[in-house]
Amino acid sequence: MSANTTLNERPGWGFSIGTVSLLVGAVAFGVLMIAANAADPMMAAHAWIFFFLAVTGLLVTGLWAGTLQKRNPFDPAFYEDTIVKFGVVAAMFWGIAGFLVGLIIALQLTFPNLFYFPDFGWTNFGRLRPLHTSAVIFAFGGNVLIATSFYVVQRTCRTRLAGGLWPWFVFWGYNLFICIAGTGYLLGVTQSKEYAEPEWYADLWLTIVWVAYLLVFLGTLWKRKEPHIYVANWFYLSFIVTIAMLHIVNNLAIPVSLTGSKSYQLFAGVQDALTQWWYGHNAVGFFLTTGFLAIMYYFIPKRVNRPVYSYRLSIVHFWSLIFIYIWAGPHHLHYTALPQWAQTLGMVFSVMLWMPSWGGMINGVMTLSGAWDKLRTDPVVRMMIVALAFYGMSTFEGPLMSVRAVNSLSHYTEWGIAHVHSGSMGWVGFISFGAIYCLVPWLWKRPALYSKALVEWHFWLATLGILFYIVAMYVAGIMEGFMWRAYNEFGFLEYAFIETVKAKHIMYAVRAGGGTLFLLGALLMAYNLVRTALGHGEARGDVETTPIAHNPALQPAE
Amino acid sequence: MAFMKRHETLERHSLLLTVGILIVVAIGGLVEIAPLFYLDNTIEKVQGMRPYTPLELKGRNIYIREGCYVCHSQMVRPLRDEVERYGHYSLAAESMYDHPFQWGSKRTGPDLARVGGKYSDEWHLDHLTEPKSVVPESVMPPYAFLLTKKLRLDGIEDHLKTLRLAGVPYTDDMIANAKADLIAQASPGADYDTEDALVARYEAASGRKGTVKISDFDRNPATITEMDALIAYLQMTGTLVDFSTYEADDLNNRR
Repeated sequence: MSANTTLNERPGWGFSIGTVSLLVGAVAFGVLMIAANAADPMMAAHAWIFFFLAVTGLLVTGLWAGTLQKRNPFDPAFYEDTIVKFGVVAAMFWGIAGFLVGLIIALQLTFPNLFYFPDFGWTNFGRLRPLHTSAVIFAFGGNVLIATSFYVVQRTCRTRLAGGLWPWFVFWGYNLFICIAGTGYLLGVTQSKEYAEPEWYADLWLTIVWVAYLLVFLGTLWKRKEPHIYVANWFYLSFIVTIAMLHIVNNLAIPVSLTGSKSYQLFAGVQDALTQWWYGHNAVGFFLTTGFLAIMYYFIPKRVNRPVYSYRLSIVHFWSLIFIYIWAGPHHLHYTALPQWAQTLGMVFSVMLWMPSWGGMINGVMTLSGAWDKLRTDPVVRMMIVALAFYGMSTFEGPLMSVRAVNSLSHYTEWGIAHVHSGSMGWVGFISFGAIYCLVPWLWKRPALYSKALVEWHFWLATLGILFYIVAMYVAGIMEGFMWRAYNEFGFLEYAFIETVKAKHIMYAVRAGGGTLFLLGALLMAYNLVRTALGHGEARGDVETTPIAHNPALQPAE
Repeated sequence: MAFMKRHETLERHSLLLTVGILIVVAIGGLVEIAPLFYLDNTIEKVQGMRPYTPLELKGRNIYIREGCYVCHSQMVRPLRDEVERYGHYSLAAESMYDHPFQWGSKRTGPDLARVGGKYSDEWHLDHLTEPKSVVPESVMPPYAFLLTKKLRLDGIEDHLKTLRLAGVPYTDDMIANAKADLIAQASPGADYDTEDALVARYEAASGRKGTVKISDFDRNPATITEMDALIAYLQMTGTLVDFSTYEADDLNNRR
């Protein structure tokens, strides 16, 4: 099919614009009805925000479609790269916002007198903390995953994204969800289920967006020019499918009113708790692990120009990883009122999870075989390999913490905070930074990044930041865990709870320092990327656009 | 290897791959979660549990809204130091009407599963208004604004109805009188008949005397504020179950 047969194809691409507009229009109308009859001010605020953004989207789509005339905007001879550019920008924006909120709440715990306002609630720790976690996981991480998955699936299938305007619906719909979720936390709209805080209507919207995401991804696989589905796509697919399952089941709730923001969870108590941690742990497993392993499976081989180390290992660790991960949720509920048989199952599977996790790490690191010098010469490669080192570390630590005896000490303490941040800043953060550093010159057709030296600065600032952060939190966590269970010589508890809070002050300060370094690194990165896109410094000059047919596919693994 | 050959089928058929993934990831959850809904010994048989009164429910919703669960757990583990610090370890039965559960995952502040009755209303009032006034080293934010926010009473019946739909045993009587019950619990001495009716309704559900506390929780008789609701909720947490009749060593209650 050539680009010039647009007349025949017009119904095809016009169809996707029409269906997207129809869906968004229908939703906007429904939302307007809710706005007019809102049962509470939070719902009114949300409905108006949603309505305003949806109508803006429709207007922009209309204006853009009007300028097309007969040109097919979804020309199958070219990759859809503009959406990936948008995704990269969104990811950097949300990333910096999320790191900044993280720093603010770290400072709140360090200097509570400076950061709290008695007269309104929206800046309190309880509302900002979900804002931080959702901003970094779903806004930053989610946009990285959407952007990279759209890039990778096109390259590895050697075909343009399927669905015409639908990928754009996925991107903007997802970011609309982020806006609703984020403003909701500030307003106090929350289900209180960690990492699933958004209320029922935001959840419904995300479900629609996610189904569209799955269909766009599958649609692209269906028209692939390669006989095999590349390994990165297995991981992306497992991320999309499993997150859909987890999201739907964990968010089963009954709204009090169809025009109100409040809902009650369908499940209660112990069943709700295990459903939540089945979700919560696998948000880590399938959002923050398989999704980012997919990134690893494309960007590391591509960047070092070597095939994936072992094809067999990738098959074995893929299936064992996704099978075992799902069972690990109950380790969040050791010694709780959850029946012990479930706790034990969770523990056993968590320990087993160590092996498939390290399978992924080994496969990624060993891909460098024959190109080890790149660790020294290319800071982007180093960043991705250090990401795998952090991945290996936290997937060893996780099974350790899931052992009941260890968990009795580590649970509820800052140790957990250290653990998730070594995983999130070290693994998810660094592999994302690495992928974005690769993507920006590729997307904007630049020969290199604006400044390699700035990448070095970013690497060292962020690495030091993470180390300060996690060491401070390990010390704080283990210390408070032991203080809580300390007895004096008369057989009484040695410490009042508040003494353990007081003892952590200096560690909290060090943690905030680590967070500052990490944020600084991200700011340097954003600056570097902007200058790269503009074609300054080492990024001067253009690289020619290659049509789809000439792009070599990735080497299949050996 | 034959196994590798067979895997090729999955690599060539995206729908087979999708279905394969879905089956593989569904198993763990089914095996672990589904039995909790039908195994009888998942939730202990206890005396004293009752649904939240409308005021407590409103307070609980404020607890959720403000993200208290981010720093406070509500789950005392059966470990010596926790039982001595906080009280009897938590039972599954104690959260069986909790939609959603509030067990928490982090203790930046102490566990609150049994904070009910531990401090006076005045202490909670001072503490929530300015935590450092009673605990100088506290890192908790101040919640003084709750004192000035009037509690929204409209639609409280719908909240009870929704919870009944989810399985909480609210009676028609409780739903019909939700608003009156809510006002009565925060207005001691205003109307003895409504107070008695409230106490009778919820004590009957609890099967136990003394499980409903009536008080002007925020020491401001003129208005029912969000502070009233939150303190009412905090003052009842962990107080319902009658541990004098609970047999921890019964085989069905063994953890």
